[in-house]
Amino acid sequence: MGQITLSKVVKRFGDVEVIPPLDLEINEGEFVVFVGPSGCGKSTLLRLIAGLEDVTDGHISIDGQDATELPPAKRRLAMVFQSYALYPHMSVRKNIAFPLKMAKMDQAEIDKRVDGAAKVLNLGDYLDRRPGQLSGGQRQRVAIGRAIVREPAAFLFDEPLSNLDAALRVGMRLEISELHARLQTTMIYVTHDQVEAMTMADKIVVLQAGRVEQVGSPLELYRAPRNLFVAGFIGSPRMNFITGAEAEAHGATTIGIRPEHISIVPEGGTWTGKVVVSEHLGSDTFLHVDIEGREEPMTVRGDGEVPVRHGDTVQLSPDETKIHRFDAKGLRIE
Amino acid sequence: MARKVTTKRRITVTVIAWIIALLIFFPILWTFLTSFKTEGEAVATPPHFFFFHWTLENYLEVSERSDYVLYFFNSVVISVGSTIIGLIIAIPAAWAMAFVPGKRTKDVLMWMLSTKMLPPVGVLIPIYLIFKNTGLMDTRTGLVIVMTLINLPIIVWMLYTYFKEIPGEILEACRMDGATLKEEVLYILTPMAVPGIASTLLLNVILAWNEAFWTLNLTAANAAPLTAFIASYSSPEGLFYAKLSAASMMAIAPILILGWFSQKQLVRGLTFGAVK
Repeated sequence: MGQITLSKVVKRFGDVEVIPPLDLEINEGEFVVFVGPSGCGKSTLLRLIAGLEDVTDGHISIDGQDATELPPAKRRLAMVFQSYALYPHMSVRKNIAFPLKMAKMDQAEIDKRVDGAAKVLNLGDYLDRRPGQLSGGQRQRVAIGRAIVREPAAFLFDEPLSNLDAALRVGMRLEISELHARLQTTMIYVTHDQVEAMTMADKIVVLQAGRVEQVGSPLELYRAPRNLFVAGFIGSPRMNFITGAEAEAHGATTIGIRPEHISIVPEGGTWTGKVVVSEHLGSDTFLHVDIEGREEPMTVRGDGEVPVRHGDTVQLSPDETKIHRFDAKGLRIE
Repeated sequence: MARKVTTKRRITVTVIAWIIALLIFFPILWTFLTSFKTEGEAVATPPHFFFFHWTLENYLEVSERSDYVLYFFNSVVISVGSTIIGLIIAIPAAWAMAFVPGKRTKDVLMWMLSTKMLPPVGVLIPIYLIFKNTGLMDTRTGLVIVMTLINLPIIVWMLYTYFKEIPGEILEACRMDGATLKEEVLYILTPMAVPGIASTLLLNVILAWNEAFWTLNLTAANAAPLTAFIASYSSPEGLFYAKLSAASMMAIAPILILGWFSQKQLVRGLTFGAVK
């Protein structure tokens, strides 16, 4: 259960086409992440699947059934919102039980499921509190609890961690991944944070201006980005791009090299430059190196012990096997 | 940086606040005191503050001379009736404007509010004639209709701003959870909007209770509310200040008591959305 197919789906708001014809296949049990810059249409796409927005054209089918015209409640999907969207006047128990109550389930079964979800999410001690008395992380867990009790065909997450602080976000990321491993239910997750996408996804869908730029596993996208947009978006820090004669020497209009594929060499490097900023993270060091003839500094990733400081001159050498080549249209050259 | 609050500053602010509060309250206090004076003392110069002969005579005479219960009943019917009918019309209207806004929603709201900027006397003649021709003159039904129409923009506007505060995602969540429109209204929206609906109701009962222009112009004896009861004692041919004061106190007492007990709710309703 949880096979979702989008065929030729179009969404227009008035004259503005936010999603041009789009095809997408989401397989049963997959953890799919929609990622892209803000305004790329990823949330709209999720809302189309949820049924909270009507598609202008095309079809959405869930488990082989046409769901294009079905209201949200009939699609057997559960959604976790960015703002948690808990019912402030109800206790945690009532919040989690709400979808079951709407499904006219009998009370004994409701209690059993609510207690089960509370146990899984460590909410046992908070069942009689109101959402206002909980912390951000606890509220997010209640929202997830409300979704899992329904045993839906798929879960939809709309930037669920963006209201949490950094430490909590890492913890919740892990919890959601574990939840997916345990439930084996299809999950669609929207985020603008490529780290979340890389760490959680089975499959990443990179979106820009409503178009699917590339679909693939995190490592596929990292190793073989199909175009300049994906190359620049996936990977942190961002890939360095070089144009001009150097690129032409590789038979391309633009070449890209990731910061982790450049090494600092004592002599005989391809580029020589001056370190403008060095960021020491302990485990790694990120150097931003000014190279003559380049507008932007080149980013280099070294290990935590790199003995380089601000103002030093360094020689850099790329790993030739890891250079990505792109043509004049920005598409990858194999 | 927070400002430093010195004792001197605190005393000054407190004194000023008390002076302003007393200035606002003084007319009511004076009316209250006058209502217990004899007609002679009511006009004495210099005025007597507390040391006069306290008497209940005015209250007794006013109750004897006029049918207070009828006026009171009319006031209740007109203010509560118009507010409830107003709410029944305004809740769906505000709902639609807040959750399914169209291109012209803001304009419609502004237009509705703009009707409150019109001086009522500007439409007195047409409404008077309509009332005369339809037999609504001096009827409670007629006044309930007029009061509903007059306060409807304020009711819609207040409920609209209140509903706007309810996040749309909560409604979407309950739709995802399988709630029908009826269940959405019953289990989610109404409980969340109760404080807003209550403060709107209170404010409009007070506004309708105190309204004097239409009630004085469109009633004679049968449907006259307490405003007309007060007016009947402000006669140019005699000195009836004490009786006028007693009538005023009798007219405003119910609403003062209601306001006093609901002030917390009222302040919350009126300032809702101002502070997050």
